[in-house]
Amino acid sequence: MRVKAAIRGRTPQKERFLTGTFDMQIQPVLAALRRHRLATILIAMEIALACAVLCNACFLIASRIQMTHVDSGVDESSLATIKLTGYDEAKASDLNARVTSGLREIPGMQSVSVINEVPFGETAGNAGITLDSAGQKFAGVVDFYVAGPGNFEALGLQLISGRAPRADDFQPMKAFLPSSANVIVSRSLAEHLWPDTDPLGKEFWCGDFHFRVTGVVAHLARPSAGEGGPGTIEWSVFTPAQPGANLSGVYLLRADPAQLPRVLRDARAAIAKLAPDAVVEQQASQTIGDLRQVYFRQDRIMAGMLLGVIVALLLVTALGIVGLASFWVQQRRRQIGIRRAIGATRGDILRYFQTENFLIVTSGIALGMLLAYALNLLLMTQYELPRLPLYYLPAGALILWGLGQLAVLGPALRAAAVPPVVATRSG
Amino acid sequence: MFGYYFDLARRSLIRSPILTAMMVLAIGLGIGASMTMLTVLHVMSGDPIPEHSGQLYYPHLDARPLSSKDDKNAPDPSANLSWIDASNLLQAHRGDRQAAMAGGSVLVRPAQTSLRPFFETGHYITADFFPMFDVPFRTGGGWTQVQDEQHERVVVLNGDLARKLFGDTSATGKIVRLQDTDFRVIGVLNDWYPQPAFYGDTSGHAFGKTDEFFLPLTTAMDLKFDSNGNMSCWGSGGDQRTSGECTWLQFWVSLDGPTKVHAYQQFLEDYWRQQQAHGRFARPVDAKLYGLLAWLDHMQLVPGDVRLQLWLALGFLAVCMVNIVGLLLAKFLRRSGEVSVRRALGARRRDIFLQFGVESAVIGVAGGLLGLGIAQLGLWSVRHRPDDYAHLAQMDVSMLLGTLVLAIVASVLAGLLPAWRACRITPALQLKTQ
Repeated sequence: MRVKAAIRGRTPQKERFLTGTFDMQIQPVLAALRRHRLATILIAMEIALACAVLCNACFLIASRIQMTHVDSGVDESSLATIKLTGYDEAKASDLNARVTSGLREIPGMQSVSVINEVPFGETAGNAGITLDSAGQKFAGVVDFYVAGPGNFEALGLQLISGRAPRADDFQPMKAFLPSSANVIVSRSLAEHLWPDTDPLGKEFWCGDFHFRVTGVVAHLARPSAGEGGPGTIEWSVFTPAQPGANLSGVYLLRADPAQLPRVLRDARAAIAKLAPDAVVEQQASQTIGDLRQVYFRQDRIMAGMLLGVIVALLLVTALGIVGLASFWVQQRRRQIGIRRAIGATRGDILRYFQTENFLIVTSGIALGMLLAYALNLLLMTQYELPRLPLYYLPAGALILWGLGQLAVLGPALRAAAVPPVVATRSG
Repeated sequence: MFGYYFDLARRSLIRSPILTAMMVLAIGLGIGASMTMLTVLHVMSGDPIPEHSGQLYYPHLDARPLSSKDDKNAPDPSANLSWIDASNLLQAHRGDRQAAMAGGSVLVRPAQTSLRPFFETGHYITADFFPMFDVPFRTGGGWTQVQDEQHERVVVLNGDLARKLFGDTSATGKIVRLQDTDFRVIGVLNDWYPQPAFYGDTSGHAFGKTDEFFLPLTTAMDLKFDSNGNMSCWGSGGDQRTSGECTWLQFWVSLDGPTKVHAYQQFLEDYWRQQQAHGRFARPVDAKLYGLLAWLDHMQLVPGDVRLQLWLALGFLAVCMVNIVGLLLAKFLRRSGEVSVRRALGARRRDIFLQFGVESAVIGVAGGLLGLGIAQLGLWSVRHRPDDYAHLAQMDVSMLLGTLVLAIVASVLAGLLPAWRACRITPALQLKTQ
């Protein structure tokens, strides 16, 4: 009884603490934490930093992964490409004829067409466009797919309005584009250029080159997906043109997905006979699926590295909580024993440490949310990053609460196991 | 005294092995991650030619019209010069040496039938390039300005290409066919691959074996060889490569001493005004002369991803340090009894402080060693990335020592607050509660 009186003497709340229910424990927990101000602040700070890094790293991972899921708009699994160089430009038309007719002989080949670039391949047709012929109203840098007959069908583009290219749409090339062409744009580009209006029949210019929109496709990613910011991934223009000196050397092959690797192998082998004067660019001559893999390798590595940072961060934070909680348990063994001796159950002790951890983590999260937001603002100025969606904050909070409870469980169980007899020992 | 503290630290750390392991692991992880990224940054921002970087300068002019806007996502057009400006600066001959250059790739047609034709990247340069950068030749040498003016079909090969084409026999004097033209090999370099390849268009590939041949710029222009750097144009019409409205050439000048640098800066400003008088250079005079390292800094060779990873790693280290502060606090305060006995026996506060400082440092050394291992693992994984800088990710002696120093500094810093708290323990009170 002397013990109880002594405790009561210190603070009246302790009376309730001794027999208290969960919500009544908060007051004494706060009182105890005030006595360990420095350690409490440290743990809260660690949680805050972890919260800020966790939210932003998760957001970075999500945006990287989203980027790798870009819809190219083409039948990737059925498509491959072959790129030739080193041949005489003057004989380009002859080369086109030899290669297309020769490759079509390969069993399983569904189509061979001449194109300037393929999704996830090397960019060939990046250019700035204007919405007036005088070249004053700059409308952004877009990508021109310059494509001979057969490409529209081979790519498997999904037309959502207007019409597919007709035979007379394929105009001869003048430098890198036809001088005037009926083109098909992606929905994303149409919405950028002419928001809320029907894009069909609209015109735009690229220097002296003139274009009129005759169709819109659902999706068509540019080769260097993401160039010019994530919003411009689909700013592409499908430009029908006649193959010739300025449109040669890149061929789009289509075959059944199951046969595609074999067809591509045969095609590469056939080139040596069909075009001994040309060199196959090995890295650029792949299936579109493989090109996509290579294209996003960097992003996958970055996402993996961020994931590693998150795991290490949570691990270290948990280590800190375990370490400090163990210390507190050891320091308070006698007090725990006293509480047990005067009637507190094991559950009471367990809940005491859980409540304590919950309060510390909560204060850390409160600060951490502000920090996460500030870090996001900083990242936004440095990198092409959108604003952190707000739901990342409660999600991060849940993870940290869970982590805190898990980390403190071990030390708390050890505390609950302290026998009441400890109270009778001195020192 | 230190020996005694060291022994105390050892005993104390062994007494609570789990807590010690936690602290060592935390600091090891933090240091390992940070040192991995710091090493990557270190090798990427190193001086590619330490003996000469002090004398090398890159003139920066901006011939663009006012209407041309900066695009954050595209390479800066004003980083390069147009043919007209590069030629003018070359002919003005105001520096000790100067050279214009552009990267390019050509089809190499080997004489042996066993080798298929292949593409190789290299540089089209002017004569001063070799002496200005002090390029090491294994055999032969460069060419003269006279040869430049005569558009001679000569080429200097780098080590790898020479070996690939001619094996161990001397390549000098041999003929190599590039595109559809025969070139005479007049020199072979002693595997010269400065990292980064500072002289070229660093907005593309700046690391790795970027250049296997060097041939006269005038010859490449003659033969219409493809250049492969960034070419930005704003006018229309005419041959893009010789116009004053397309930038695609890099230009370097060597200047010995501040007076010459000042004079060259003055010359550039005069040149800008003079061009304005001719109706070019619409923008206000803003000629700059970058030193080599300042130029590399300006070009931001370190990719955004690497910088982001560095910040992440440092943030991680910060979390680890806060963690260690907490753990050390627990550890030191747990020994209040021991401290008060020592204090009662006459130890000064500063002795206690030193004792715990030594203990923090011991944790730092252990964490640093673990961090070194983790950093090597991290660098190994960086080397397996598909980036052009990946092969550079190796620790040198300075980074090795840096790792240990950083680990010790971090842990001692983390130990400061707990040690200060511990040395403020009043002996009497603690003894009484015992």
